[in-house]
Amino acid sequence: MDSTQLIAILGSIVLQAAPLIIAVCGETISERAGVINLSMDGSLLLSALAGFVAALLTGSLLLGFLAAAAVGALFAAIVAFGSLHLRQNQVAIGFVLAMLGDSLSAFLGQSYTRLPGPSVPSWHIPLLKDIPVLGPIFFRQDAVVYFALLLVLVTWWFLFRTRAGLELRSAGERPEAAFSRGVAVRKLRYLYAILGGALVGMAGAAYSLSVKIGWAEGHTRGMGWIALAIVIFGGWSPVRGAIGALLFGATKALATLLQRSFPQVALVAFNAIPWLLMIVVLLLVSGKLAAPLLARAPAALRRPLRSLLQAAPPAALGQPLDES
Amino acid sequence: MSAKPSFLQRIWPLLPGLAALLITTLLLVVMGTDPIDAYLAMWQGAFGSSARIYSVLAFLVPLLLAASGLLLTFKAGLWNIGIEGQIIMGAIAASWVALRVQLPAGLQIPLELLAAMAGGAVWALLAGVLKTRGGVHEIFGGLALNNLAILFTNYLIAGPWQPPEGGSFRGTQPFGAHALLPLFDNSRLSLLSLALAVLAFAGVALLLTNSHWGLRLKALGQNARSAFLLGVSSQRELLLAMALCGALAGLGGGVRVLSWFDSLRQSISGGIGYLALMVVLLAGFRLVLTPLVAFFFSAVLNGSITLQLRTQLHSALGDILTGVLVLLVLLFGNYTRVQRVVLRAAQAARRRLSDG
Repeated sequence: MDSTQLIAILGSIVLQAAPLIIAVCGETISERAGVINLSMDGSLLLSALAGFVAALLTGSLLLGFLAAAAVGALFAAIVAFGSLHLRQNQVAIGFVLAMLGDSLSAFLGQSYTRLPGPSVPSWHIPLLKDIPVLGPIFFRQDAVVYFALLLVLVTWWFLFRTRAGLELRSAGERPEAAFSRGVAVRKLRYLYAILGGALVGMAGAAYSLSVKIGWAEGHTRGMGWIALAIVIFGGWSPVRGAIGALLFGATKALATLLQRSFPQVALVAFNAIPWLLMIVVLLLVSGKLAAPLLARAPAALRRPLRSLLQAAPPAALGQPLDES
Repeated sequence: MSAKPSFLQRIWPLLPGLAALLITTLLLVVMGTDPIDAYLAMWQGAFGSSARIYSVLAFLVPLLLAASGLLLTFKAGLWNIGIEGQIIMGAIAASWVALRVQLPAGLQIPLELLAAMAGGAVWALLAGVLKTRGGVHEIFGGLALNNLAILFTNYLIAGPWQPPEGGSFRGTQPFGAHALLPLFDNSRLSLLSLALAVLAFAGVALLLTNSHWGLRLKALGQNARSAFLLGVSSQRELLLAMALCGALAGLGGGVRVLSWFDSLRQSISGGIGYLALMVVLLAGFRLVLTPLVAFFFSAVLNGSITLQLRTQLHSALGDILTGVLVLLVLLFGNYTRVQRVVLRAAQAARRRLSDG
């Protein structure tokens, strides 16, 4: 393999990871504020369909993304309303919505299966595209990729470097303390759950309008659950989450390559890689296995390894707060 | 609060059902189908003839087995989403015995069913150990194991277990007649499996209401920490609940290959595990309601398959009907909570009006 081939593969990994990155940022925002949106798998499917159909019918990509964002926001709003106002279990509502989104997309999408449709054009960024190596990997893509990369930086900066981000995190970590200091916890949780849901919706459209153009039943099935696992792997940080999404994309690309070189090995072995990886990665960050492993690591490596593997969820994740 | 329930409060439990019907009716109208024709087709698909009713019962067996198992894991506070994979591994284990072992008639089928239970239990224990020892939440461990089980099925069908005439990717060759469950009246229903499902449900009900173990499980589900302080060994109880649930789900998978089908197929479970989760959620974890809800789900889904054959509408309509129903019951099922939220909102609005 020569270097141009390698660069092409790396570029495709970035493209494949872009929708996952967007979804992971959205879910990270929501969970940091204390709301688990478990509906992501169904919400991605239905928003991928909505985005594709809206863009197909109106001819406008922007309307496609907006429609998808609206679907994602609606799902998140249902989860938020059910848990924040009606005090029901977030996991249960999210799970039912995940199933419902899947069935709705199968039913409504039947007549849009495998139709040719609009797609996001690729657009190379002037100047940046000429940087050796990095240019072709990151800057000769389409707007979806640039949006995903920018979103990671903006989300990180917002969460960890602004006053509003501090309030967001306080709603997820110490809601009682935040409330007594005058933070409108419930309002913030609604706001960020819905914002996060809208981003998940845009990730759905990123699939159907850019990365995996078009619609077929089960178009993105499974990606929502993988994104939820990446949020955990990412330790609820957008930057680590993005790295997780890229690693996931890399293993998929690697599997495709390996399959080409070893056609005698069954296809399923390669298809199993993401799910095996999900188990291994969650084992690593859970702490139960990581602690003894860390104890055995050379002293110089212990600190960087720990900061790489550590992942504690927001303390009040999934817990309601009585504001009255 | 008044002692006598209001009219609204009395009809409250019916409203989610009506709303779910309204939503599916809207979908049907949007799709250009006459909703009355569609619901009639669904009804006939479920209850139109004795053959249809047997089919509803045959579909109910694995669903009820899985839902019974889930009553145990939910009681222990576990979200056993991995139940789908446990059904599949049960089907695979039963298929292995059916394809590879030849025993006298009285032993063949019991061994197949036992293998199915073992297959499901092992897969459930894997998810359980990942949780108790590895700290991996059962939702994510379970989902990964589900997908691995599906891939394993595809591998077996396309590889070592492919029919002699070549891999069709659809299923293995049909098992010999000696390996299959006896069927009732030319249907897909095995009365033996139905009896086993009823027994399993009764066993779970007894365990939960009349045993010390059921009490410990409940303590664990309600508060893991205080159960630990009371000396309930959480790991052992959790793993036992998982294993029992997996065994029942696996049995359901065995029934799928030995009576609903006659071979191992690509989507051997086809989502029965997820459906069972919805059943238990709609039943609100209540024992008595669980078999009734399972029967209702089975009727709706069988009906929607007939609807698809007649009108080309996707059979997911049945899943939408049940899904919306579960969602609405989860959200609004509790009358007093909804009442409180509405009253508070009205209060806030009144305050805002008088301020402005």
